[in-house]
Amino acid sequence: MAEDKPRVHAEAFDDARMEVIMGRLLQVGVLLAATVVLAGGVMYMIAHAGERSNYRVFTAVPIEVRHPAAMLRGTARGDAGAIVELGILLLVATPICRVMFAVIAFAVERDRLYVAISLAVLAVLLFGMFRAG
Amino acid sequence: MPLLTFTSLVFLGSFFAGLLGALTGLGGAVVLIPLLTLGFHVDMRYAIGASLISVIATSSGAAAAYVREGYSNVRIGMFLEVATTVGAVFGAFLATRVPTRALAVIFGVVLLCSAWLSRNQNADGEEVAAENPWSDRLGMSGAYPDGPHGGRSTYKVDRIRAGFALMFGAGTLSGLLGIGSGAVKVLAMDKIMGIPFKVSTTTSNFMIGVTAAASAGIYLSRGYVNPGLAFPVMLGVLAGSLLGAKVLVNIRVSLLRTIFALVLVALGIEMIVNGWLGKV
Repeated sequence: MAEDKPRVHAEAFDDARMEVIMGRLLQVGVLLAATVVLAGGVMYMIAHAGERSNYRVFTAVPIEVRHPAAMLRGTARGDAGAIVELGILLLVATPICRVMFAVIAFAVERDRLYVAISLAVLAVLLFGMFRAG
Repeated sequence: MPLLTFTSLVFLGSFFAGLLGALTGLGGAVVLIPLLTLGFHVDMRYAIGASLISVIATSSGAAAAYVREGYSNVRIGMFLEVATTVGAVFGAFLATRVPTRALAVIFGVVLLCSAWLSRNQNADGEEVAAENPWSDRLGMSGAYPDGPHGGRSTYKVDRIRAGFALMFGAGTLSGLLGIGSGAVKVLAMDKIMGIPFKVSTTTSNFMIGVTAAASAGIYLSRGYVNPGLAFPVMLGVLAGSLLGAKVLVNIRVSLLRTIFALVLVALGIEMIVNGWLGKV
């Protein structure tokens, strides 16, 4: 019984099924990200209690909350701003995961054209994520 | 303003922006950015950064509900995302070179255009029976649920090159201004490519998240995403838009949409004036 399951799934796999999984993927990603952002946000409010808001003047946010590796270090230290940014990073990663999933799903459907198209989108996304500066 | 008061007010404002955005189908960002810059005197760059993040949250949060309806077309979406993501990266690079005053003016113009576009939004009907061979070759022809007995209507896609080009423009606007630019995406699919309205709006929702994700990395690494501002904005817009999607069925949308269009016109003019005078 158990080893039958994947085969049945592969047979039933089509665009509609792909989209259902994608929808679930996005939902889980956004919930996870929102939870991390909420936790970080509450900590941020406690850490900065009594301060006054000032976003009138733009002074790019500190470097430790701008890059993934630095965010992880900040999170390990318990820095609230870094935790919020980590949650935001999870959120940004969610649609990227969706495109990665599309590459695999189109490969399962043996649709070479759309594997290539999805890979092109993924390449642009990764460029924006890592080569940005 | 004390931080707690500020954060609470921003959360509330973002909540209503998300709610209105979901109810009118125009997205929360178009009212969010004027609210932050004109209402809370936030620097345009912080406002754009926070707004872009909320756009991803809204798009992903609504995805599961849209999928269930069975209208969205993953191939059309993926194909056009090539154009929107390249546009978004281009827009994000442009954003760092354009002065904020000019950004405010451009944003105002976009608001006026979206107000104008929202007038004739649910006009479908004239479906062109397109005979474009590339529609099948690119696997973009599809079918959507139609009628009470589980029947399905088929459709084809036309004027792919023009639609693709407009999608690049939509991506650029998204990356430049931190909005989802869903109105332009729907315009390209519905009016240019002849894709049925319901298919256009649901497919557009998926594309918005991927498009915004393409420029978000650039905004993050440039330090535009301020955690203290982004967290109430993201959570507020997300909560508002989820509630909006829930109550959407029980509400008369046409009146709301007219009011919203008037609000957009007012905000658009204010953004242009403030940008012109250098007050943003």
